[in-house]
Amino acid sequence: MNPMLNLWLIPILPLAGAAINGLLGKRFSRRAVTTIALVFSGAAFAMALWVTMRFSSLSLPYHESLAHWIRSGSFTVDFAFYLDQLSLVMLLVVSGVGFLIHIYSVGYMWDDPGYYRFFSYLNLFMFFMLTLVLADNYLVMFIGWEGVGLASYLLIGFWFTKDSAAAAGKKAFIVNRIGDFGFLIALFLLIKHFGSLNFDQVFQSVMPLGAEKAGAGLLTAIGILLMVGACGKSAQIPLYIWLPDAMEGPTPVSALIHAATMVTAGVYMVSRSHVIFERAPIALTVVAIIGTLTAFFAATIGVVQTDIKKVLAYSTVSQLGYMFMACGVGAFSAGIFHLMTHAFFKGLLFLAAGSVIHAVGGEQDMRKMGGLRTKIPWTFWSMTAGTLAIAGIPGLAGFFSKDEILWRAYQASWAYWLVGLTTAFITSFYMFRLWFMTFFGEYRGEVQDHSAHDAHGGHGHGGIHESPRVMVIPLAILAVLSVVGGYVGVPGSLGGNNRFDKFLGPVFHGSAPADVQQAPMGERGVPEQGNEGPEPKSGDSTELIFTAISVAAALLGLGLAWQLYYRNPHLPEKIAASMSGTYQTLLHKYYVDELYGALFVRPLINGSTRILWQGVDRKIIDAAVNDAGDGARHVSDEVRHMQSGNIRSYAGWVAAGSAVVIAFMIWIWTGAR
Amino acid sequence: MVPLSYYLLLSGFLFGCGVAGFLIKRNIITIFMSIELMLNGVNLSFVAFAAHWHALAGQVFVFFVMVVAAAEAAVGLAIIIAVYRTRETLNVDQVNLLKL
Repeated sequence: MNPMLNLWLIPILPLAGAAINGLLGKRFSRRAVTTIALVFSGAAFAMALWVTMRFSSLSLPYHESLAHWIRSGSFTVDFAFYLDQLSLVMLLVVSGVGFLIHIYSVGYMWDDPGYYRFFSYLNLFMFFMLTLVLADNYLVMFIGWEGVGLASYLLIGFWFTKDSAAAAGKKAFIVNRIGDFGFLIALFLLIKHFGSLNFDQVFQSVMPLGAEKAGAGLLTAIGILLMVGACGKSAQIPLYIWLPDAMEGPTPVSALIHAATMVTAGVYMVSRSHVIFERAPIALTVVAIIGTLTAFFAATIGVVQTDIKKVLAYSTVSQLGYMFMACGVGAFSAGIFHLMTHAFFKGLLFLAAGSVIHAVGGEQDMRKMGGLRTKIPWTFWSMTAGTLAIAGIPGLAGFFSKDEILWRAYQASWAYWLVGLTTAFITSFYMFRLWFMTFFGEYRGEVQDHSAHDAHGGHGHGGIHESPRVMVIPLAILAVLSVVGGYVGVPGSLGGNNRFDKFLGPVFHGSAPADVQQAPMGERGVPEQGNEGPEPKSGDSTELIFTAISVAAALLGLGLAWQLYYRNPHLPEKIAASMSGTYQTLLHKYYVDELYGALFVRPLINGSTRILWQGVDRKIIDAAVNDAGDGARHVSDEVRHMQSGNIRSYAGWVAAGSAVVIAFMIWIWTGAR
Repeated sequence: MVPLSYYLLLSGFLFGCGVAGFLIKRNIITIFMSIELMLNGVNLSFVAFAAHWHALAGQVFVFFVMVVAAAEAAVGLAIIIAVYRTRETLNVDQVNLLKL
C-alpha cells in the first residue's frame, strides 16, 4: 500500500498563487506579489523534492484519485494523478526550472507595470503544466494541455498594446488549435475502441495487440493524430511557425514556456503513449521523419537570424526535433533525457539572453552587440556554459543526451544519423556565432558604457551593466546544471552505466509487442526489465567512433564560427552576398509563413470576406431578415387602407367575402357531382 | 304546390335587397330596415325548408330569429334615438367617430 502523497497539492499551490495575485495583486506592493508568487511556486518545487525523496519506497505507478468527474455507463474519468519515473522527471524539471525562472523574473520584470499580472500568469502556467505531467488519464492531461496553451497565449501577448505581440499570441493560439484538433480526435478514437482514457487501462488493452506492420490501422491512426497534437504544442513541422513569433513575450516566458517546459509537452505525451506508438511502426516513422526534418530545417534558419532570441527560438525548434527523432526511433528515454538537459541549457541560454538584452537596454539585434564579455562577466560565463552544452562539447549535459540520440538514430537508419549529425554541426555553428557576435569583438550598439560605478546607482538605467543578483543566481544554478546534468546518463561506452536510462526503464522497457522486440535494445547492453545483471562495461567501440564524429562536428562548427565571426567579421556579409539566393531563402525562413499565408490564411480570409460575409451573411441571412421586415411593412402599408373605420366598407368586404365563400362552395358542390 | 326553388329564389332576392340596402343606404333607419329584410329573407328559407322536409326545427328557428329581431329592434331603435339626440343626424357617414 502506498502512503498518501497528496500529489494534488503540487498543481494546486501555484493555482492558489495565481488566484491571489490575479485577483488581489493590483493592490499589493511589488514585494508582496513577489512573496506570494515565489512562495507558492517554491512550495510546489519543495513538494516535488519531498515526493522524490519518498519515491523509492513507492510501488509504482502511484495513483491518486481526487474526485469523480465523468461517469457514463462503463466509461469513467476521474480527477486523478499518476506518478511514475517519467512523470517524476517531468515534475522535477517543470517545478525546478519553473521556480528558478520565477526568481529570475523578479529582477527582469521589476519595472513593468503589469508585474502582478505577469506572476499571476506565470503561476497559472505552472498549475496547468504540473497538471499535464501528473495526469492519470488523457482527459486530465488535455486540461493541462489546453491550459498551458492559454497561459502561453496570455504571456506571449503580455505586452498586448504592442500589435506584434498581440498578433503573435493569436498565432500561437490558433496554430495550437490545429494540433489540439488532432489530439482530440485521437482521444475520441481511444474512447470508442478502448472505452477508457486512463493510461493504465488503455495501455493494458493495447498491450496484447500486435504491431500493425503492413498497412495502417487503428493504432497508426491514433499515433499519427497524437503526433499532430504534439506537432502543434512542440512546434514541429508543419506547425512550428508560432514558436519564433512567440518570442514577442517577455524573455523569462520564452525561457520557461517556449524552451524548457511547455513545448516539451508533446515529447512527454508521445513518450507517455509509447505503448501505442510501439505498435504503430508507421506512426513512429512519421514521428522520426518529422523530428529529423524539423531539427535540420530549423537549425538552418537559425544560422542567419540576427535577433538573439530568434536564434534561440529556432534552436529550440531544432532541439525539439531531436527529441522527436529519438522518440521516433523508439529511444524514448533518450528523448526524455534530452528533454531534461535541454530544459537546463536552453532555459539558461534564454535567461542569459534576457540578461544580455537587459544589459544593453532592450536591444535584441546581435549586430548591435559585441564585446560584452568583460562588461557582464556572470552572464558571459553562464552563457558560455549553455553554449558549450548545446553544442555538444564533451563533458557537458547536451553532449551526453545528443550523443545518445544520434547513436540510437544510427541504429534505426543511417539517414537519421546523417541529418542529425549535420544538424549538430549547424547547431554548434549558430550557437557560437551568437556567442562570438554578442560577447567578442567591438561593441556596436548605441547604449554608452558609462563608468561602472554609475550603473549601480539606478537599476535598468545608465550604461551596460550586469543584471541584479536575483537574476544572476538562477543563471548560475542553471549553468551548473547544464554542466553536470548529463552525468546521470553517461553511456556504457564512456565508462558510465546510463543510470537515467535504467531509471526510466520500468516505464519504457518490456512494453514493446512480442513480434518486434527492438533489436537495437540488446546491442547497447540496455537491460530488459528485471535484468539487473552486470553491465558490459567495456562499451561499444563503434559507439565511441560515432561519439568522436559528433564531437568533431561540434568542434568544426565552433571553428567555422570562430573563423567567420571572430577573425574575419566581414566575411559573412561577403558570403551572404555571393549566395544571396540561399541567404534570402533562409532569412525569410524558407518562405513558409508566406506559403501558409497564400495557401491557408488568404483563402480563408477571402472566403470568409467574400463568400461568407458579403455573400452568405449579407446577401442571404441579413437580406432575409431585412426583406421580411420591409415586406411586412409594405404589405401593411397597403392593407391598412382597408381599415377605414367606415362601417359600410366593412360590410362590403363581408358581403364580398361571403359571396366568394358561397361561390367556392357551389363550385365544390358542382364538382363533387 | 309551389316548388321549393321559388321560395328559395324569393328568399335570396329578399336577402340580396337587404344586403344592397345595407351597403348603399346612408340613413340609419333604412339600414336597420335592410337588416330586418335580410333576417326575414332567411326566415322565409327556413320555413320553406321546414315545409318541404316536414320538419319542425326550421319553424322553431324562425321564432328564435323573430325574438332576436324584436329584441334587436328595441335596442337598435333606442340607440338610433340616442344618436339622433346627440348628433342631430341619421347619416351614417357623419357618425363614424366613436367619441363626440
